[in-house]
Amino acid sequence: MQKIREAMVAFARRKLEEKEVDRVIGWKKGEFFYDNSPATFTLENIAELVYNSFCGANLSKYLVDESKKDGKVLVFLKPCDTYSFNQLVSEHRIDREKVFVVAVQCNGMCDEKKLGEATDVKEDGENFLVGTLYGDKKIPKDDVLSIKCETCKTKEFAAFDEKIVLGEMPDRSEKRFEAVEKLERMSEAERYEFWQNELSKCIRCNACRNVCPACTCTNCVFDNPKSGIAAKSNADSFEEKLFHIIRAYHVAGRCTDCGECSRVCPEQIPLHLINRKIIKDLNENYGEYQAGAEVTALNPIVDFRSDDVEAATVVKGGKK
Amino acid sequence: MIRIKKTALPDLYRAIEKDYPLYLPVKKANCVDFDRYEEGKEVSLETLRTVKSPKDMFFPQSEDLVKFRVDGQNIEVIDIRTEAKPFVVMGVKACDIRSFDVLDKVFLADPIDTYYETKRKAGVIVGMACSRPDEACFCTAYGIDPTLPAGDVTTYLCDEYLYWQANTEKGKDLTSKVAYLFEETDGKETEKQREETAKVLKKVPFASLDVNALNRQEMLDTFRSEKWKELSEACLGCGSCTFVCPTCQCFDIREFKTKDGVSRFRCWDSCMYKDFTKTAGGQPRPTQWQRFRQRFMHKLVYFAENNDGMISCVGCGRCVKKCPQHLNIVKVIKAFGGEKK
Repeated sequence: MQKIREAMVAFARRKLEEKEVDRVIGWKKGEFFYDNSPATFTLENIAELVYNSFCGANLSKYLVDESKKDGKVLVFLKPCDTYSFNQLVSEHRIDREKVFVVAVQCNGMCDEKKLGEATDVKEDGENFLVGTLYGDKKIPKDDVLSIKCETCKTKEFAAFDEKIVLGEMPDRSEKRFEAVEKLERMSEAERYEFWQNELSKCIRCNACRNVCPACTCTNCVFDNPKSGIAAKSNADSFEEKLFHIIRAYHVAGRCTDCGECSRVCPEQIPLHLINRKIIKDLNENYGEYQAGAEVTALNPIVDFRSDDVEAATVVKGGKK
Repeated sequence: MIRIKKTALPDLYRAIEKDYPLYLPVKKANCVDFDRYEEGKEVSLETLRTVKSPKDMFFPQSEDLVKFRVDGQNIEVIDIRTEAKPFVVMGVKACDIRSFDVLDKVFLADPIDTYYETKRKAGVIVGMACSRPDEACFCTAYGIDPTLPAGDVTTYLCDEYLYWQANTEKGKDLTSKVAYLFEETDGKETEKQREETAKVLKKVPFASLDVNALNRQEMLDTFRSEKWKELSEACLGCGSCTFVCPTCQCFDIREFKTKDGVSRFRCWDSCMYKDFTKTAGGQPRPTQWQRFRQRFMHKLVYFAENNDGMISCVGCGRCVKKCPQHLNIVKVIKAFGGEKK
């Protein structure tokens, strides 16, 4: 990872020096090894750019605002982030001309919550050497992969102007729909209990919505007092579900399965599974489709063909 | 001091429940939050940091205030306030107990918030000493001793036992009802645990944070600082930090139509939201960096200014752990010179 970082800094520095770009969006170091934050860089501070196993944040949504500003911005995108980027370009939310995309190698990002106690962390090949207030521990990276990276959908880049890839990226796409299939196999009562248990933890902080690259409305229906459904808290268990289900339907066909919703949830609700279920249904009913794979105005929800499946007549409860 | 075997704790919970509703840290789908005790729920007194703080006990996320019955031209105001019955909150850490002092400054100042006051008076707080602080803890920077939580009762989880020390009349009343489950002890083990924990606390990375760094500077200089834009640039404008924070106390008041009238309720609000304190004139802080600045200026400067120097932060570390983009009060304090060398 250190070599990739060095290549990223060197490339960004060159682009800034040559004045081909005006600023760079990447990740900067926090107080620990694992609390990096998205940040903007110029020649002055480009040396502070970090890239390690804790750069899970998808930077594509920041471009909605950044590409409205003057000048050109260089952005580092991991494979899955490039799909969000394309989708935002498709929806005319990002001005493609103003962005220079550097696709960077990603071996799977890790979840600091899974590390447990950790004061110092060092990457050591396939492991982390973790120092705590109570002694050291060695943790295999694979054991602490971020929930969105456990079943990484792709190592392909959907968009790039330059690539920084120094080695083979692991393929974890095989199990992508495993968790959804498990939910499908549950009885209705079991599935209800699963979601009730998870969604009743929701504190309506809106982190899932605000981080979501598919949620770019400037005034969300849930924030608009005139909508009649504006709410800042869940008054009952119905509202807990209402918010997440409405959101899932709103992004259906546009959700690229970037998994940010689950990464940011303070209550660790596996929200991405709702979206992933819809993706699976779309694949089965209308043919394989990956949102953001290319810049296009069409997706399974907005494109109509006369031989399309009438979902309501063939599907009941998610089973054919 | 008295003690009870950890294995007998379910008996204690049941005994308390005979006289009081009991709330304590409960694990649900991998996360621990305060919840009503029920047979079969997984109690987790060992948890260092619940996701949400126990402020819900006195200031719930959503709370009905008053109802109106409308009949033609007549509007009947229905006061739904009732006397709260005593209840017990168990397993509250020292930082969270201090947060109640912060909330008291807001809700018990004139005019007194009766909704909060009723619950505050009725609540019996059973504190839990910390024995395993982690890297995000910085309560000691506020002069809090996590090994000696205030509260109506102080408890320690130590070896095979839960040690119990009543501190107040409320605490003694509770103790008298469950004392038959306990045995007398000199509590030496708790002293040993406190000494061990004190050693760890010296090594906690943010222990020496100078939390008065912003407070000491000229208010307008801090307000006008260029640093806010950089500090807030990754902020999503979500409410994670506010909602997990034990001292955030802003709320919104809203109404909804019922079958025969109107119900008015309040719910937590977040200064991070773009419609926060929106008025007829618009949003007083139209950009996210201004809203971000408001949150930290309020906690570290304005609140202290209005409350004899008390800062509206207790060092619980929840924002450190929960901000999706890893922005937090520690980074703000350090940016304004709060790192003691």
